[in-house]
Amino acid sequence: MIPVIESEVSQHGWMTTQQFTDVIAISGMSPGPITTNSAILVGYSTAGLAGAISSVLGILLPAIIFVTVIATFFSKLNHYPIIQSMFYGLRPIVTSLILFAAISFALSNHLIGLNFSWHTISLLLVFGLSLFALLKLRWHPAYVIILSGLVGVVFYS
Amino acid sequence: MSMKGQWKTLFQLFWTFFKMAPVTFGGGFAMIPLIEKEVVEKRKWLTSEEVTDVFALSQSVPGAVAINSATFIGHRIAGMKGAMAAMMGVSLPTFLIVLLLGILYFFIQDNPKIEAAFISIRASIVAIIAFAAIKIGKTAIVDKSTFIILIVGLPALFFVQPVLAILAGAIAGIVSISIKRKLGYEVQLDRKEKKEETDFEPFMGAGI
Repeated sequence: MIPVIESEVSQHGWMTTQQFTDVIAISGMSPGPITTNSAILVGYSTAGLAGAISSVLGILLPAIIFVTVIATFFSKLNHYPIIQSMFYGLRPIVTSLILFAAISFALSNHLIGLNFSWHTISLLLVFGLSLFALLKLRWHPAYVIILSGLVGVVFYS
Repeated sequence: MSMKGQWKTLFQLFWTFFKMAPVTFGGGFAMIPLIEKEVVEKRKWLTSEEVTDVFALSQSVPGAVAINSATFIGHRIAGMKGAMAAMMGVSLPTFLIVLLLGILYFFIQDNPKIEAAFISIRASIVAIIAFAAIKIGKTAIVDKSTFIILIVGLPALFFVQPVLAILAGAIAGIVSISIKRKLGYEVQLDRKEKKEETDFEPFMGAGI
């Protein structure tokens, strides 16, 4: 979806490509979906707070329509055996999708790569300790993120 | 449900997702462990299986997973209004954080401390997403066929669109269940321990 936003932005002359690259960087750094985040920033830089609000509404509206339609549709069909066997096959695929998301995110942040360095090993250590804290110590994910940020400030700067 | 009860439920939906939103780095999957904690364990709005199904549906409609799944859960609990409350809850914190970061961008752009913090945070986000996969996997992998679907699906995702994978998964589910029925196997669609009967009680009780 990012290329779609970029072509619209340059067609309307809202931003230069360089500015848009910065927007993607900030969007990726922030929590939340990258597409929604970049829409907010494009809106803000073009028309201030009102622009940010209108672009976020613009990107949320189709989602609420789709979801409402699908949810209404599925709650009616949910009791049919065929829908249940469909979900039986869907659940493992969702697991694959999540694992895939983890792998892609790890790849784009150099957690796994061909050039093995101390940096990669230290990142793997952060990964391992975080997973341990979540799985075995049952820590709240927010604490893991905060602590990890502090660890980063100490060791990576 | 009374008006007051409905507003209470709507506010609970808003607040539940409001608290979760700041953790949704790197897509919505990092939200899953929190949804398990808040929506399944604490509020008992849904079962773990239903959360997995919500994420399956969220993947198959356009839009971001975090927003779609919040909207689905909101819709499930309190209809259209619930969908709006959950969607606003999940969007508002990130909206504010993104704006703030955008405004501060020129100050923090070259701040080595912030950059250093994010290097480590990203590795932890990978751990949170992996943790989410383990949680969902526990409800999804109930037998050999579901395990096979998972193993085949993972490398396939490097080549096909998620929507196609979802479609293939649904077909694989229907086919493998019907083959099993024909062969006369006992079919178990999800985990044995079910506690579905009690699920909606706290939510219904919220209206009293």
